[in-house]
Amino acid sequence: MQKTQKMRIRNHQVVLNRSVGGDAGIFTFLAIMGFFMFLPMVYVIMQSLKPLDELFIFPPRFWVEKPTFGNFGSLFKLLSDSWVPFSRYIFNTVFITAAGVFGNLFFSSLAAYALAKIPFPGRVGIFKIIRSSLMFTATVTAIANFLTLSTLGLLDNHLAIIIPAWGSTLGLYLMKQFMDSSITDTVLESARLDGCSELKTFWVIAMPMVKPAWLTLIIYSFQGLWNAGASVYIYSEELKTLNYAIGQITSGGIARAGASAAGTVIMMIVPILVFIISQSNIIETMGSSGMKD
Amino acid sequence: MANQDNTKNAVNVRKISKDEFKNKYFETSTESVALASDLNANSTDATVVAEEPVIDPATGKKVKKVVTARKDMTMAQWTIKEMKRNKVGYFMVAPFMLVFTLFTLFPVLLSFVLSFTSFNMLEFGWDIFIGIENYTRLFFDDDIFLQACKNTLVFAMVTGPISYILSFLVAWFINELAPKIRALVTLVFYAPSFGGNAYLVWQTLFHDDANGWVNGTLLDLGLINEPILWFHDENYAMTLCIVVALWMSLGTAFLSFIAGLQTMDKSLFEAAAVDGIKNRWQELWYITLPQMKPQLLFGAITAITGSFGFGAVVTALCGFPSVNYSCHTIMHCLDDYGSMRWEVGYASAIATILFLIMIGANMLVQKIISKVGQ
Repeated sequence: MQKTQKMRIRNHQVVLNRSVGGDAGIFTFLAIMGFFMFLPMVYVIMQSLKPLDELFIFPPRFWVEKPTFGNFGSLFKLLSDSWVPFSRYIFNTVFITAAGVFGNLFFSSLAAYALAKIPFPGRVGIFKIIRSSLMFTATVTAIANFLTLSTLGLLDNHLAIIIPAWGSTLGLYLMKQFMDSSITDTVLESARLDGCSELKTFWVIAMPMVKPAWLTLIIYSFQGLWNAGASVYIYSEELKTLNYAIGQITSGGIARAGASAAGTVIMMIVPILVFIISQSNIIETMGSSGMKD
Repeated sequence: MANQDNTKNAVNVRKISKDEFKNKYFETSTESVALASDLNANSTDATVVAEEPVIDPATGKKVKKVVTARKDMTMAQWTIKEMKRNKVGYFMVAPFMLVFTLFTLFPVLLSFVLSFTSFNMLEFGWDIFIGIENYTRLFFDDDIFLQACKNTLVFAMVTGPISYILSFLVAWFINELAPKIRALVTLVFYAPSFGGNAYLVWQTLFHDDANGWVNGTLLDLGLINEPILWFHDENYAMTLCIVVALWMSLGTAFLSFIAGLQTMDKSLFEAAAVDGIKNRWQELWYITLPQMKPQLLFGAITAITGSFGFGAVVTALCGFPSVNYSCHTIMHCLDDYGSMRWEVGYASAIATILFLIMIGANMLVQKIISKVGQ
């Protein structure tokens, strides 16, 4: 006695197992959650657009009455007055971020591929060590890192931030999990039989199959490096980062409340752009995700 | 009649799920299964004595390849053979392992050793080994540490599970939206984690004086007579910090869930619907979650490290130390001894305890995740 289910059509596709009531409930939940999540972000933007008198008005208003870009103007004026040219801070941050993200992506994907797909003895142990180390907090490791960096002669050098980023364990763990689950061994076997070297198999076959994973890794790694502030390993002013420079200005107290809000928005714009670009790429991969086997 | 029908169907679903879904659809879902299965694959590879000609890809000629059975070799011989066969694996792991060993493994091991010493940055000598004194001091002499342990556990037990479940549910819900809308909604939910110091907005919203938006509004409405100290009031600080933590909780794990849902095998859903899966929750439990196990394990680690290590944000919002240690967590103890008093030995002991707690939490979560889909 088979009951025929009524088919629902959504976006020109048949949807299975989705009730209208459930969809409505989920939509309501998401709307409320989204409101709660986004409201403070709207407030950040509002604050950055408020002229000084509106920032200190009583009762405080949520929305801006007379939006102005004056805060951004004063932020840039303060930055351009600094001893080290503003463009230098931007270069530092861009350089650190680009080198760090690329190295992190390449080395951790390479290692993750080997750990997931090449059965060399010892890999289980290596992976267990890496996974456990994720749970050790970095506070007390600073001293050992300082010793290592000074032995290598990397103190007061951008590499002191870049190279440790290449060994980011979270990135490796993420890539390993995706390589385990979404690459079938049969595809790799046939590539190897065709005479594809292991490195080429990794780059040409495996990496495109886990595109969503490495796009996520890029977002995550980019964010961390972009927001790198004052580092104890770098003490020359001309090597310091944008976040550090903005932090110096915004710690100026109440008088700089407007510039501070503008600084927060400025620091967020680039990661948001990277996020949007990579997320839209994740969506593009949808079309090709059918060819798993 | 209808009722009977339903129960019958439910029984059907259970039966199918147990017998078939696991074997039929998922070859390698969890790490442990994956590892076990490829160990098996290795042994079968090796035990089959291949006498048939194999085409050498380099020369294109037929070569006779003789594989010795594993049972004819000692464990060491077999290991060396496997190492030679897969030596490219070592080269691929090498660059990462070099950096990892230098900047993660060595510091961690060093701090394990230091936790048994009285090492600090001011005095130096060779008589610093003091055994487990640091640990006994932590648990018997340090009231603030015990208070911090309590706070950390409360904080982690509330924010950890909620943020984890929330990350997954939201990722799963929005997975069905049209692609462009989904990207936008993802942005809305992920925005608080964009890093920088966007969380400082909570300080502006809940500022101590009448200038804060919440205080100002409450005063204006006549609900309170004087500003509430919010982040500097024992009664509110912890709750507010939990709210902020949850606000920021849709982070890396959330993104990895979204990416994981994208790489799922979509044909399984149709097969499941034919096999009697009746609603979205059954589909979630029997089809989606088992496929998502690798991402679930990843998300668990970020949830654990996030909720136990949530210190910097609290310091920024509540100050250091927080009023009457109301929000003092193990991370704060660590900062206190590690980077203010420079009692590195003692701080290392704290870090080790925190590490053990997190390892324990992770083992527990792994156990729970292994039950998924059964």
